[in-house]
Amino acid sequence: MSLDRADSVRALAPELVLLVGALSVLLGGSYLPRTRQWVSRLVAVAALLGAAVVAAVDLPGRPSGAFEGTYALDRGTAVARLVVLAATLLVVLLGTDELSGHRQESETYTLLLLAALGAIVLAGAHDLLVLAVGFLLASIPLYALVGQPRTPPAAEAALKTYLLGALLGITMLLGVTLLYAVAGTTRYAGLAGRLATAPSTVVAVGAVAVLGGLLFKAGGVPAHSWVPDAAQGASVTAAAFLTTVPKIGALVAAFRLVDLMPDSVDVRLLVGLLAVASMTLGNLAAYAQTDPRRLLGWSTVSQVGYLLVPVAVAGDSPLALPALLLYLAAYAVTNLGAFAVVAALPERRDLAGYRGLAGSRPWLAAALLVCLLGLVGTPPTAIFVGKLTVGVAAWDGGAAWLTVALVVNTVASLFYYLLWLAPVYRAGEPVERTAPAAFVPRPWAYAAALIAAAVTLALGVASGLLWAVVDGPLMPPG
Amino acid sequence: MLSLVVLLPVAAAASLALARWLSDAVARRVWLAVAIAELVLVAALWAGFDAPKPGRLAYEEQVAWIPGIGSSYHVGLDGLSLPLVALTAVVFAACAAYALREQRRPRAQAALFLSLQTTCLGLFTAQDLILFFLWFDLSIVGMYFAIAGWGHGDAARSALKFFLYTFLGSLALLLGFIGLYVAAAPHTFDMVELTRNPPLAGRPVAAGLVLGAILLGLAVKTPTVPFHTWLPPAHTDAPAIGSAVLAGILLKMGTYGFVRIGMPMLPGAWRAWAWVVVAVGIVSILYGALVALAQNDLKRMIAYTSVNHMGYVVLGVGTAGLVARSDAEARTVAVSGAVTQMVSHGLITGALFLLAGVLHERAGTYDLDSYGGLAGPAPRFAMLLAVGAFASLGLPGFSGFIAELQVFAGSIAVAPVTAVALLGILVTAALFLRALQHLLVGATRGSSVGFTDLRAAEVWAVGPLLLLSLVIGLAPRTLLDVIEPAARTVVELVGR
Repeated sequence: MSLDRADSVRALAPELVLLVGALSVLLGGSYLPRTRQWVSRLVAVAALLGAAVVAAVDLPGRPSGAFEGTYALDRGTAVARLVVLAATLLVVLLGTDELSGHRQESETYTLLLLAALGAIVLAGAHDLLVLAVGFLLASIPLYALVGQPRTPPAAEAALKTYLLGALLGITMLLGVTLLYAVAGTTRYAGLAGRLATAPSTVVAVGAVAVLGGLLFKAGGVPAHSWVPDAAQGASVTAAAFLTTVPKIGALVAAFRLVDLMPDSVDVRLLVGLLAVASMTLGNLAAYAQTDPRRLLGWSTVSQVGYLLVPVAVAGDSPLALPALLLYLAAYAVTNLGAFAVVAALPERRDLAGYRGLAGSRPWLAAALLVCLLGLVGTPPTAIFVGKLTVGVAAWDGGAAWLTVALVVNTVASLFYYLLWLAPVYRAGEPVERTAPAAFVPRPWAYAAALIAAAVTLALGVASGLLWAVVDGPLMPPG
Repeated sequence: MLSLVVLLPVAAAASLALARWLSDAVARRVWLAVAIAELVLVAALWAGFDAPKPGRLAYEEQVAWIPGIGSSYHVGLDGLSLPLVALTAVVFAACAAYALREQRRPRAQAALFLSLQTTCLGLFTAQDLILFFLWFDLSIVGMYFAIAGWGHGDAARSALKFFLYTFLGSLALLLGFIGLYVAAAPHTFDMVELTRNPPLAGRPVAAGLVLGAILLGLAVKTPTVPFHTWLPPAHTDAPAIGSAVLAGILLKMGTYGFVRIGMPMLPGAWRAWAWVVVAVGIVSILYGALVALAQNDLKRMIAYTSVNHMGYVVLGVGTAGLVARSDAEARTVAVSGAVTQMVSHGLITGALFLLAGVLHERAGTYDLDSYGGLAGPAPRFAMLLAVGAFASLGLPGFSGFIAELQVFAGSIAVAPVTAVALLGILVTAALFLRALQHLLVGATRGSSVGFTDLRAAEVWAVGPLLLLSLVIGLAPRTLLDVIEPAARTVVELVGR
């Protein structure tokens, strides 16, 4: 079902609210004195909340396509919208302490809102050109966000992100061109049928090139190398955002793309192999880290591996899409919770610096415990349900080897998360390390950490409700 | 009712965690009060228990949880789970009494152990694989903190090893569960459904692989040779009540999984693997006993006797799979003995670990050679330790004898070669007598000098455990009447 032009505009209300919000923050921020930049924050939060409310009210029952089917209005887009918006809200919350009164506060909010919009467009794209637009919209604000601190590590990270993004962006456009060349259309509706009869080599090259761009956005192997650098070099706010939000759009987009591919091209096997490579490499590299931000950076690389598993069985199992969406929601809140703890204690750049936290600030320690064990996938946190459904979907889709890889990597990941938790909960620390004054968390980030941890637990326990939200049809590619 | 029993401790734990103003003395008493309330509730459950028909459950409750993947909050009791639920309540009450003198963060400790109690009760009542896994995993997390937070020696390292090793086991288990789910038609994680219509019936290779994953997970937890290496360091460095819970309850999660999941859900594969299970059981019995004999550290020694005692359980459940060789009656006796052994071992080893904790608390060491003639300064300690040791080595009149007698009566009838495991009893007897001789008799010397005898709370913690073992040993029918019908059902299910 395709909507007419007026209905299409109406159906894109959340995206438009976000766009208007971003522009208002940009223009308004230019006229605000530095001490009154909190007004920008209010506008940004209002835009995010407004868009989220519209998106929640407008949860589509039956899939339809806006603008002649180039933009999907289905469960994938709807959940991606909600998760992106909620995650960006949480990022603003955890970044308030860091950004408050900063000379680029308004610009940061603009960049965050635009990058969030880009992630949503990526998720909703049902046309290769819209996908390319979404890619650019999601990427360009990120380069600026990464480079903001103007420190040598941030500059290096920004350059690395930019170069890799530019390279893979071009590759992606090349892929779009190839697919267009053999299919004669960029719309998914037309592609699905025509690619089946097109020369499979060209289709394969085109699909891999487009996937490359999406892997850059998701931060998966082999386009992952910018992630740990950016997580370490950028501000905590930017690090939290760029390891969470772009992935949501990129993975939903990858799911749609893989779902579209004809059987003549074995792109599913490739995605499966990349998934295993991502989780394994991310885990192995995380072992050696002592900076919590870099550790989280590598941990997100491994999480992308788990998230690619349902993409690898797209269309093979009815559970693949709900599993992906559920894992994305769970991952977003859990990862942001861990970053919120880092943001609450920004000067601790070493795992050993967390010694005594449990005695000094038991609630912050508990939030970290919930989020890190959540990232491992311990029940009853949300990621456990995500990993479980992903594992089930993979096996159900005929890829039991991916389930085994997922489980083995989960065991491997436990070790480095425990390396962080062990100093937090080590018994017998001297009194001065466990006194309340030993750790003075920043208030907004502290609140964000507690909220994220509570939501992680709540989503896990009430995963039946979450399942009801994520379980719905995609707009069919054909 | 059953959910109340399961969730009451964790609710109390949450209250304790939030009540920062509560004094330590009150926190300890709240814990004890909740533990006793649990005992009363479980006693009520037992009194009202009417053995359900095969395939049915008593006190059943079911609420939808994640309908999308066929998982529900489903709890219920039968003759296999009720004894273990009762054991959990008893051992945790003993720990609460023992911990009345704890000085290190008693409020946090009470909250942690109450949460652990919920994970144990939850696991034994769970009738859904995901629910089972949830409690299985959380018990590992809880025990990690018990060892790391209240242990001694190289506690952080031992706790980490424990966590990593048993987490590996739990994920192997999860892999097996996913396999069961995918193979079941319609897809479900419900244990009752999976028992009624065992999946993978016609696919021996796949069933073997799934059972392999489940057996690996359970074998790590039990633990059996060769997956037992996490156990001795974990016990040595754990606090006394941590060891009591770990050995008394957590190890039973592994063996309970055999009778609850492995045997009824994959009967064909179980029969195919039965000889492997029997062999692992025998090796665990002999190896555990021999290594225990070589220990000079009392706690390490008790830890290795756990490997030995769990070996009897594994032998019993393995025997149940040797269908072609025997009548169902002998196999029923073996399974019934295995379940009895779970209860018996929980009581006796719990008591022994608490007594070992007294040694460490008074003199700071478990080394047998640093003591001598303890019977002089500490007669109550000496008497309870002697009773515990005799109970553990299988003296008639105690629960261990009833359990091991049944296991051997069943398994030797089915496969005479298993008689070789009888040697394990001999070695166990030798090692306990040797330990008693080192510790208790002779001239009072070394760390024994000035040793304070057991205080009232410690007697009240250890005494009831051993008394129960004695009661089961003298009047086993109360327990066996509950276990036997369920054991018969399991044997029938394996024989399908």
